[in-house]
Amino acid sequence: MSEVATSTRSRPRLLTAGGWRSLIRERPIVPLLGLLALLVVLSELIRPGIVSPNWAGVMVRAAIPLAILAGCQTITMLTAGIDLSVGAVASMSGFVVATLVGGPGLGVGIAVAFGVAAIVGFVTGIGVGIFRVHPLIMTLGMSLVVLGLANVWQIEMVQTGAGVPDAFRQLGAGMFFGVVPRSLLVFVPLAILIILVLNRTGFGRLLYAIGDNPVASRLSGVRSWQVLIVLYVISAVLAGVAGFLYSGLTNVASVTLADSALLPSVAAAVIGGTSILGGRGGFGGTIVGALILAVISSILSSLGYPEAVRQILYGAIIVFVAAAYTRITSEA
Amino acid sequence: MSTAVTDQKETIARSAGGLGAAVRRNGWTLGLVGILALLLVFTRMIQPTYGPSGVQGLAISVLPLALAAVAQTCAVIARGIDLSVGSMMALTSVISARLMEDQSEGFAVLVVIGVLLLGLVLGAVNGALVVVTRVPDIVVTLAMLFVWAGCALLVLNTPGGGSAEWLRGLTQGSIISEWVPKAAVVLIVVIAVIWIPIRRSKLGLSLFAIGSDPLAAFRSGVSVSRTKIFAYMLTGLFSALAGLSLTASTGIGTPVPGPYTLLSVAAVVLGGVSLAGGRGGVFGPVVAVVILSLLRTDMTFLNLNTNLATVAQGLILVGVVMVGSLIQLRRREP
Repeated sequence: MSEVATSTRSRPRLLTAGGWRSLIRERPIVPLLGLLALLVVLSELIRPGIVSPNWAGVMVRAAIPLAILAGCQTITMLTAGIDLSVGAVASMSGFVVATLVGGPGLGVGIAVAFGVAAIVGFVTGIGVGIFRVHPLIMTLGMSLVVLGLANVWQIEMVQTGAGVPDAFRQLGAGMFFGVVPRSLLVFVPLAILIILVLNRTGFGRLLYAIGDNPVASRLSGVRSWQVLIVLYVISAVLAGVAGFLYSGLTNVASVTLADSALLPSVAAAVIGGTSILGGRGGFGGTIVGALILAVISSILSSLGYPEAVRQILYGAIIVFVAAAYTRITSEA
Repeated sequence: MSTAVTDQKETIARSAGGLGAAVRRNGWTLGLVGILALLLVFTRMIQPTYGPSGVQGLAISVLPLALAAVAQTCAVIARGIDLSVGSMMALTSVISARLMEDQSEGFAVLVVIGVLLLGLVLGAVNGALVVVTRVPDIVVTLAMLFVWAGCALLVLNTPGGGSAEWLRGLTQGSIISEWVPKAAVVLIVVIAVIWIPIRRSKLGLSLFAIGSDPLAAFRSGVSVSRTKIFAYMLTGLFSALAGLSLTASTGIGTPVPGPYTLLSVAAVVLGGVSLAGGRGGVFGPVVAVVILSLLRTDMTFLNLNTNLATVAQGLILVGVVMVGSLIQLRRREP
């Protein structure tokens, strides 16, 4: 609703300097795509010939699970929340399926993983929505619970052994014609669904409303606790999907598999233009943010830089992009 | 000393509400101390041999996390949060371990002083970035988490280095009585020397002021930016101390950050420091760290799966915070 009002206001100024600023403010995805293109050109300059359809496929394949986890952060950050349990939930889901696929089968494994994820999300939602616990604390506590229970499960399962199911390996790591990652089969419908829900449904609007002004949304009759419970269940289930893809991509089933993706997922959402203070952002930018992070990783590893330099540059880029956003949007 | 105590007692006795107010103000911390006492009694019951050596082991294992919790407290009181505490610990730990390896004991003193100064600088960088970029604290320190962890990997690629003997001796063993572990004394001395003077100074007051209401603080003449940078410098200093204690207790430096950042946030919240800023102290978080650690010990005594201790930590964190916010909601309603 605010989008409509502001875009009509900014239309005449589009070609002036202020117009650029409002373009970046209203459509952060445009400069982000520019940054992504710049990084791709940079990759080609550093290693001529590296940019090929296959390379692009590998980049997309690496970015997809991260983008899904970053999607969890995006939808929770819209309500001024954050979900630090996605790493633990994703690892748990991948691990549970890997331990159950040998016995009860793939379908049961997936159902159990989604069921557990949904319960975790439900409890988180109750804590955040009804007890008004800070989301940072609530999700942190839940991630400890999930990690501990997954470890217990691991010890129970140690005799039967664990293997990543073939279907996940195909889906997570496979490519059509060596170019198009198969995980797009999961990701494209998911991404369309998330974007539609955020932009076209009442639930999506409620997320923006709660994050933008919780008091106003309460006074206009929003039962925010219901919205938050549903939100955190969705976030946990999405994390479960990401966990399946991670275990397929790396062919590893471990209870800490996706932990290292937790902070990059927040970073991808922030780079993608979603405000951690709530009310502003969207999933489109987040996808580009995840792609940017994947390309940066690839550039740095192709330069032969050690992990250390990669991390330092990673951090510097997050600060720089976030600062640029804040500078531009705060002058409104 | 004794007259001061009796004076205080009289004051409290004179105003009947005084004691009640004091209890109410520190109710959370008192409750934590009560829980800790119960837990100690419980430990003694399930493991009658739990004695001085157990307490010493507890103190040594608690020291790094307790200092990390104090570091986090400084940032949270000023309405910030520092996700880079664990990385700063790793960085200061590897630098100290690398510089102290095969060096004289005297040189190690210089190293310790240098590392503490470095901690102040790291914190100042964090704080300055928060103030200058106006990006939310959590995002800036998340980014700095990567930066400092990367720097730590540049200093030492794999765990290594060494520690001066006197530094190792500082945390191990006991002093005066076998029931008083040196590590606990170090913790108390560090807090007494650094935190308490600051808490009582004008600077400490402005720390709490910008935490509870930055605008009001600004209008009463407090430089919000400068105080915020100062808060992060304190966080950096305590993180450096925590890093040094890691080097001292393990004898080497490890470049990969431990789980300290998130546990420090958990301890701060359990310790009664409001994430909204401006309320709390360092005592509560330290007690919370001891409780969490003792709980883990108890679970091993009970032959329970230690992974259940992680579950218990999570449940306690969530449960305590839920109860806490429930009390607040109740209080607000009437």
